[in-house]
Amino acid sequence: MAQTLAAPNALHVRRANRVGVLPAMIFLVLALAPAGAAFGPESYVLGLFTRVMVFAIAAMALDFICGYGGLVSFGHAAFVGIGAYAVGILGAHGITDMLVSLPAALLLSAIFAYMTGTVCLRTKSVYFIMITLAFGQMAYFIAGSLAPYGGDDGLTVRMRSTLLGFPFLQNDRTFYYFVLLSLFVSYLVLRAIVYSRFGRVFRGARENPTRMATLGFDVFRFQRVGYVIAGAVGGLSGFLLANAAEFVSPAYMSWQRSGELIIMVLFGGIGSLHGAIIGAAAYLLIEELLGGITEQWKLIFGPLLVLVVLFARGGLLGLADTIRGRFGRG
Amino acid sequence: MSTGLFVVQVLNGLQFGVLLFLIAAGLTLVFGVMDFINLAHGVQYMLGAYLAVAFYALTGNFLIALVLALAAALVFGLLLEFLVFRHLYDRDHLEQVIATFGIIIFLNQAVKTVWGAAPLTLPIPEIFTGSIVLMPGLLYPVWRLVIIASGLAVGLLLYVLVSHTRVGMLVRAGATNARIVSALGVDIRRLFMIVFGFGTMLAAFAGAMIAPILSVEPGMGDTVLILAFVVIVIGGIGSMRGAFLAALLIGLVDTLGRSFATDILRLVMPPSPARTVGPAIASMLIYVLMALVLYFRPAGLFPVRGR
Repeated sequence: MAQTLAAPNALHVRRANRVGVLPAMIFLVLALAPAGAAFGPESYVLGLFTRVMVFAIAAMALDFICGYGGLVSFGHAAFVGIGAYAVGILGAHGITDMLVSLPAALLLSAIFAYMTGTVCLRTKSVYFIMITLAFGQMAYFIAGSLAPYGGDDGLTVRMRSTLLGFPFLQNDRTFYYFVLLSLFVSYLVLRAIVYSRFGRVFRGARENPTRMATLGFDVFRFQRVGYVIAGAVGGLSGFLLANAAEFVSPAYMSWQRSGELIIMVLFGGIGSLHGAIIGAAAYLLIEELLGGITEQWKLIFGPLLVLVVLFARGGLLGLADTIRGRFGRG
Repeated sequence: MSTGLFVVQVLNGLQFGVLLFLIAAGLTLVFGVMDFINLAHGVQYMLGAYLAVAFYALTGNFLIALVLALAAALVFGLLLEFLVFRHLYDRDHLEQVIATFGIIIFLNQAVKTVWGAAPLTLPIPEIFTGSIVLMPGLLYPVWRLVIIASGLAVGLLLYVLVSHTRVGMLVRAGATNARIVSALGVDIRRLFMIVFGFGTMLAAFAGAMIAPILSVEPGMGDTVLILAFVVIVIGGIGSMRGAFLAALLIGLVDTLGRSFATDILRLVMPPSPARTVGPAIASMLIYVLMALVLYFRPAGLFPVRGR
């Protein structure tokens, strides 16, 4: 068994190699973007890229359970919402320090993931998609009924999170780099988990749960841990989203939001963490671009999604691979 | 909580359940036979309502409008099947979700572009306006009873079709194991087109029937879609009987929950928090129910597919 585990398949090696260059480029571009933005409409570009990175974190967490664990969750926005509400509700009580709100966001979303995961993971395939959707809707309705915290209208976050009373996130540029750091750390952690022993079992359970169970692994527990990790990272995204938008609302948890996260993962190419970053960027930039052209951008965006699914299997990374395979390496 | 109010709410719950059944019936068949997640089923319900309004404006007759709307919805559904869905049957659920999500985005915007964002209304047909007396001092609108009756009639029709005809037999076999059915020489794609077209018409029928008592607006299919999914998952994917019972269950639980949760909570807690917690619990109720059902029976109440 040790031998099989130590000998990853060809695809795996290719992935592991590629991981070096492209993600480095992605993070380099993100790190330099503010410098470039200084020449243009700075606050607009900073805001847009901050949003991209915030959603990239959530999409990456979804990619982790979806692409590596084979667990298609249609309720991932709930974790984002819970993280955001942790900031909003604590803020409403005057607690803005991130030493409190960040752990609260992570812990609450992890607890929600643990509780719902215990139920969801008993089901498979379509049933799993639907039950995660149901829990997502449940979180959405709970948030909408929090009358003291704005109910359906949502809640304004009056002040970005502070660190030991120091409001260092007030500066948009500092906030940008804080989000970038969060994205980078999430990426490193998730990647480390994917390639760890735990990650191998987790991935193995996607390929063939029966075999994993026969090898003596408790598949359910491994999947639940993976689900909780993804939930917590989703909570981190929510924590940042509340700070970026300075507003929280039940709409963060709507099933359409969960759908958007799945689209981001699929856009970038499922099962490659940095693909989720590209996917989030592609989704939000396309939205921004089309929105600039016409008010009815959804008339273009909907068919675009269909076309991507029909013709660009493997998302943008897959497309790049195909093109490279056809022209580059020939 | 008076008996009269209770009776009215039970009827409302039945009416809602029947509506959900009309939508869930098509969904569960498409799902069951082809293992295809069609999120766009909800917009077909919306389209049914819009088409009924449009044809009513042209003809001025509800029945003609209904027939024309069903025909148009059928044509449109088959067109979608031909252009998009048929290329997705062999893909994984994730890709099906995304592609049909794209269709939702498109159609929601399209009806907004064509008919405007403001809600439209459709008058109740002349002969079914007004109310009847259920018991002294208790009136109930005739149209809602018509909806219940037509839903039950469709249920009966489906029962006969699915249990006592050759196509129905193939559909049941397909839901159990589509591959074997195909291997036995049945053109499963054609069978699916029939099922799909029929499901589309049922959803459009639901949309047209509910249009007179609901505002017709973009996005009206989205909420119903989620509920229809809850229904078929609770009932067991591919099971018509399961969809029927689960639809009535969901309709009743949701309606009664919304009407009485606050009152019931008042028995155990002070009125002010009860008013806050009540609606929240009511809107969560069906999802809790679904979680409970799936926890104890992960394949729904009436599992079909032999695994």
